Amino acid sequence: MTPGPGQLNGAEAAADLRQAADLRQAGEGRQKGDGPQAGEPLLAVKGLTIDLPGGAVQPGLVEDVTFDVHKGRAVALIGESGCGKSLTSMAILGLLPAAVRVTAGSVMFDGVDLLTCSKRQLRRVRGGPVGMVFQEPMSSLNPTMTVGDQIAEVRRLHLGERRSVALKQARELLERVGIPKAEKRLRSYPHEMSGGMQQRVMIAAAIACEPKLLIADEPTTALDVTIQAEILELLRDLRRDLDLAVLLVTHDLGVVADFCDDVVVMYAGHIAERTPVDGLFYEPKHPYSSALLSAVPQSGRARTNLTVISGRVPSAGQFPTGCRFEPRCEHSVDSFCRRPQADTALADDHRTRCGRVAAGELTLKGAVRG
Amino acid sequence: MTTTAATTTGTATATATRRSRPLNVVRSIVRRPASAVAVGFVLLLVFLAIAGPLVSPHDPEVQDLGNRFAGLSSTHLLGTDEFGRDVASRIIQASRIAVTAPLISVGVALLIGLPLGLWAGLRGGVVDAVAGRLADTILSLPALVGALAIVAVLGPGLVNAMLAVGIIFAPGLFRVVRGATLAVAEETFVESAVAIGSSTRRTLWVHILPNIAAPLLVQVTILMGVALLAEASLSFIGLGVQPPDASWGSMLKSAYTNQFDSPFSVVPSGVAMVLTVLAFNTIGDSIRDAVGLRRRT
Repeated sequence: MTPGPGQLNGAEAAADLRQAADLRQAGEGRQKGDGPQAGEPLLAVKGLTIDLPGGAVQPGLVEDVTFDVHKGRAVALIGESGCGKSLTSMAILGLLPAAVRVTAGSVMFDGVDLLTCSKRQLRRVRGGPVGMVFQEPMSSLNPTMTVGDQIAEVRRLHLGERRSVALKQARELLERVGIPKAEKRLRSYPHEMSGGMQQRVMIAAAIACEPKLLIADEPTTALDVTIQAEILELLRDLRRDLDLAVLLVTHDLGVVADFCDDVVVMYAGHIAERTPVDGLFYEPKHPYSSALLSAVPQSGRARTNLTVISGRVPSAGQFPTGCRFEPRCEHSVDSFCRRPQADTALADDHRTRCGRVAAGELTLKGAVRG
Repeated sequence: MTTTAATTTGTATATATRRSRPLNVVRSIVRRPASAVAVGFVLLLVFLAIAGPLVSPHDPEVQDLGNRFAGLSSTHLLGTDEFGRDVASRIIQASRIAVTAPLISVGVALLIGLPLGLWAGLRGGVVDAVAGRLADTILSLPALVGALAIVAVLGPGLVNAMLAVGIIFAPGLFRVVRGATLAVAEETFVESAVAIGSSTRRTLWVHILPNIAAPLLVQVTILMGVALLAEASLSFIGLGVQPPDASWGSMLKSAYTNQFDSPFSVVPSGVAMVLTVLAFNTIGDSIRDAVGLRRRT
């Protein structure tokens, strides 16, 4: 299934954002990273380029992706399917399929470049300071191992705990992620649980060693809407309690508005726009971001046509030589947009790859007015 | 949160009665009459192999040349052979070989084929390329001819013969393991095992092996039967068990030589062999059915 832009679920995005602003004004403040980003980032991805070796597909699948994740902050990686979001998130922990390779760039985590460090070092990071949650909870758990053993395995691998000790910890983790009758559940097999429960187990395993960063690749996509909300609620609690930074790969603009501090919008292997979350919704600086926002169904607009982005994401190898969004962009100007666009900083924390916006020729429509 | 608690307790009670999968498989195998009989037969064979000397009516190696080719009687239940030895006792003695010979050869095949197949299936690369070509080469030889060549190098004898058979089996097992691993390696849980810091070795043995256990078990039980036949064939032509030890194959050979003096003597060892192979295959089939693998015809 390839969710198109029309399926981006952001119906509540606008409402969420408004609510958030209200809360902030009321002085309560949402549980989001506080204040401006200071000091060294926890995770710094720089110039990440992923290619299919052999040169069959040029330019690469992901090109020159740069972003930071600071301690305790949540960063969203959004875009349509096939834009390179998942590849980017997998490259961080060296989980790319054998057929593709990182050909340039660095992924600094806590002072270590995960792309060049030894296998042993990488193994120590995986599941230790960086946890990962996948999209499909049903297939992410080993069907032949009990849930307890799978959570305990993380602690046994990283902390060298004995099985009995680790199982005791696994029990607490199950309780922590809101699974009732944890003692009994330890001995359950994954097929005996619902999808939502399985995702909770995955999260329990991912946070078993108290990571600093959680990479979640569409953690709620495969779940029912009500369960989605519960899982997000759980992630939010965990962020608060563990001061966890989160890199969230998602299609869901509602989730972005609700959960994240910063947004990285990817299109066709490039970063189109990078901004704090408010910037995306109030003043998008790339036509693609703006188009995504307008493709979200909104309440109060019944019986009107839903805006869609015509065409589809070009596959790798067929990227236009100029701006990659140009063929689908309603603001494109031939002469200008057919040239490659540079990544330009508009403000400290807001960057775009649209030359027209950067030059001040174009002002785009956000999802939220006023 | 309260709503989750309510719904999840509901599912908890519903699923709590279900048991783990391995137990279910064993139960469903024993429940079928055919496979229950087969399991019983193999257990009997194992019992005879262990307790043979205690239950056999005569010493299997004592000759009684005045009593050659005796017919069936209460003293000699299955008669005597060309040296007057008790056939029933020799069948029992040979059951030891019928149990150990397949274990040796399948063990050797597993030792070679399993690690290579797992590694090749998950990582591919050089191991896959080299082991794959090697497997193709061995598979292109007729199995028995290959075994003969290996025995010619190692010298005759049960252990050498079964080593040879094991080497011949290894490529087939390698292929089965590799194929099953390839399929399982696609699953996200393998990726998530890597993502929690599991090493390649650990991923293979802890996460992949239990998930390919079903096709592997089927293949192993069927190979046991084939190994028994291979042992009999090699003993029949004198490259396996050496006299005075008895194997069903060597017994069949001597019965064949003397078939005009004693037509009945091909029956005991022949039937023992047929039943044993049938038992192994039946067990293999019912494991396959129990774990829901498709029958390939």
